[in-house]
Amino acid sequence: MQFNLNGADVEVHSHPMSRLLDVLREELKLTGSKEGCGEGECGACTVLVDGEPVCSCLVPVAQVAGAQVVTIEGLGGDHPLQKLFMNEVGAQCGICTPGMIMAALTLPDNPTLDDVKTALAGNLCRCTGYSAIYRAVLKWKEAE
Amino acid sequence: MNAVGSSVPRKDGIGKATGAARYADDLVFPGMLHGRTIRSTVPRGRIESIRFDFDTTGFTIVDYRDVPAKNAVDLMSQDQPFLAEHEVKHMAEPILLIAHEDKEKLNAASVIIGYDEEEPLFDPEKSPLSFKDIDIVKGDTDHALEQADVVVEGVYRTGHQEHVYIEPNGVIAVPEEGGVAIYGSVQCPFYVIKALRCMLGSAHPNVRVIQTETGGGFGGKEEYPSMIAGHAVLLALKSGRPVKIIYDRAEDMVATTKRHPSIVRHRTGLTRDGKLVAMDIDVLLDGGAYVTLSPTVLSRGCIHAAGPYSCDNVHIRGRTVFTNTPPNGAFRGFGAPQTEFAVEVHMDRIAERLGMDPVELRRINALRPGDITATGQTLRSDASAHMVLEEAVRRTDFDRKRKEWKGTTKSIGLSLFYHGAGFTGAGERNLKSKARLELTPTGVRIAVGSTEIGQGTRTMHAQIVTDALGIPYESVEVAQPDTSRVADSGPTVASRTCMVVGKILEECAIEMRSKLGGLSPSEYYEKNGELSIERMYEPPDWIQWDDSTYRGDAYATYGWGCDVVELELDPDTFEVRPIKLTAVQEFGRPIHPALARGQIEGGTAQGLGYALLENVVMKNGAMANSQLTNYVIPTTLDMPELDVVMMENPYPGGPFGAKGLGELPMDGPAPAVVNAIRALGIDLREIPATPERLATAPAI
Repeated sequence: MQFNLNGADVEVHSHPMSRLLDVLREELKLTGSKEGCGEGECGACTVLVDGEPVCSCLVPVAQVAGAQVVTIEGLGGDHPLQKLFMNEVGAQCGICTPGMIMAALTLPDNPTLDDVKTALAGNLCRCTGYSAIYRAVLKWKEAE
Repeated sequence: MNAVGSSVPRKDGIGKATGAARYADDLVFPGMLHGRTIRSTVPRGRIESIRFDFDTTGFTIVDYRDVPAKNAVDLMSQDQPFLAEHEVKHMAEPILLIAHEDKEKLNAASVIIGYDEEEPLFDPEKSPLSFKDIDIVKGDTDHALEQADVVVEGVYRTGHQEHVYIEPNGVIAVPEEGGVAIYGSVQCPFYVIKALRCMLGSAHPNVRVIQTETGGGFGGKEEYPSMIAGHAVLLALKSGRPVKIIYDRAEDMVATTKRHPSIVRHRTGLTRDGKLVAMDIDVLLDGGAYVTLSPTVLSRGCIHAAGPYSCDNVHIRGRTVFTNTPPNGAFRGFGAPQTEFAVEVHMDRIAERLGMDPVELRRINALRPGDITATGQTLRSDASAHMVLEEAVRRTDFDRKRKEWKGTTKSIGLSLFYHGAGFTGAGERNLKSKARLELTPTGVRIAVGSTEIGQGTRTMHAQIVTDALGIPYESVEVAQPDTSRVADSGPTVASRTCMVVGKILEECAIEMRSKLGGLSPSEYYEKNGELSIERMYEPPDWIQWDDSTYRGDAYATYGWGCDVVELELDPDTFEVRPIKLTAVQEFGRPIHPALARGQIEGGTAQGLGYALLENVVMKNGAMANSQLTNYVIPTTLDMPELDVVMMENPYPGGPFGAKGLGELPMDGPAPAVVNAIRALGIDLREIPATPERLATAPAI
């Protein structure tokens, strides 16, 4: 089965009903997407499928055949939002950070604080109370 | 520019934002097996039979007979077995371990255990099994209550709270030359070592624990990882292969520790004009089935039970009891959020009774420098109750809003609170924590066992060393905690990592600076080779504490806070929507303002969850809602606007004036929320303040 991962075509051999999260982490060795709950509540495993944020723990890999999948690794290390997450202390323990960043990438231009809250409502963070995450995301959008 | 006091880049680098940071489940070792824990399905009983309902070929199976030395997790007591032998005392108690290289086969394996069930005990008030009693006596409370103009009584209850670190528990045990290495998500690597030494005995001397990047702790990875590490080691020793045990969310919630439920009774005497004259307080904590850390949780809870108030006659009795539920343990605040909830709601009830403004009641009674606490400690100049109270009231326009919102669905309430930093009483003196600073060819390396669990340990320690040594921040590196090569700086708990371990590092840096004699680290290294400075913590010499009478200086210093919550009640659904929370907190001095703010914002969020959302439902002795679907923590849409004010009042014994901060923000939100709800005329004395509770609570 094939799909496009972070800009390159990949072929995977896992069972078609394997969770996309497991295929990414175990077969493709991309461990940036995290498992926090395994039931689509925490958002730590968020990746983009054809530009939409999804919980990769809920998606059978068969469902992304032919799709464009982007994980945190697809951003490289120089994305301004990644830097802002560290500088604004939007990342504390860091386990929710990859999923949080992927979800934030889908925000429209000039978002209000309410837009940011809505976009990130499916991503749980237990460390920050979210305020520093808002600061990071809004600064990124202002600079864009 | 000084590093201390500025928000320098985190030492974590960019790894957490790129996904490159390696957490326990991200690590794979050659030949690695996956481990699984088979747990009890009854709350109390004797194990009658065990049957393997699967083909055991290729599985490693461990029971209590595989424990080389002592089958007990060595913590405060040695009562909790790694694996149950004949009896089980709670649901989800570990009985057997199985391992296999194929996770699917492992999870499909079915083990059927037969029990001779016994009657479980779930109600802590009915438990006759107290395993720690505390009695704090100041003055003559009975006499003062008789003489008081007004006596106000009340009972206050708090429920379990689950930590919900987003990374569930996980460790990997890896056999290595002459021993075994444990990689894991742990707060206290040296606690794990202590537990493993007891379990393994002298036959296996070479164990080391390496902390992997840790996805949150909040106390939940203080003691329980010792259990999981023991399990992984038993499977690794038996199979001779690396064994990884990662809990899924449901197992983590059902099996691991939680915040102790509490029942606190107050009987308080006052003069007619609002001066506290007697406080009689009874604290009961549900310990669960084993001792864990409950005695010290009870201790901290009792010491904070009278709140930040001055009173000449105080009697605090505390006890923690056994029940047939999974053991409760450390959770940010460590008993104080429970008892400070009780006293702060009680203070608002006292104000109601006296017809007095709740702010005025606190002004009359809040502790000042020179006042004496319940344990007989005379407060020093770093006590700031009045400062934080006045700033919070002024900043929020509290008096005006309180008046104007009367009779509407909007409301405002506050709480005044404090939190002792570091271990209680003689704890720090007994602990003898050490820290080490090592010269490298390019700078220095910090070698301590204190763990980075998100709060910023690496960064904050590096800032302290940077300024004390007078070298660039970039030339200070921080070693990954590995018990075989870092100093045992004590556990990463009790709001002590900055104030205590930071202080030892500051002293190491000062000593190293004098040894360098004006040379830079690299110049010295080139000329003289290696240099390593290790020092032990010396608490201030004025600290006096008697553990038998609970008299003396309970903590070297305290952080102080006043939280003001503004909220709105839906009169039809009884849902409470917090609109704004103003957190005014004094903790000496922030080493890293952005990290400190993050502690306050994050702790406040946990406190709001505790107040409003987080409801552990226990059925037959086990958490019935062990999923993030039905155990709800605050999301972005649940959080109100947070206004954080960091006030300074330096503590001379801390590095650059810093006190502890990590736990303080947890104490304030719940009572402030419930006091705002009280101002709407609803007599609530229990959290979480769910709509169901509000709908059935009596009117005031």
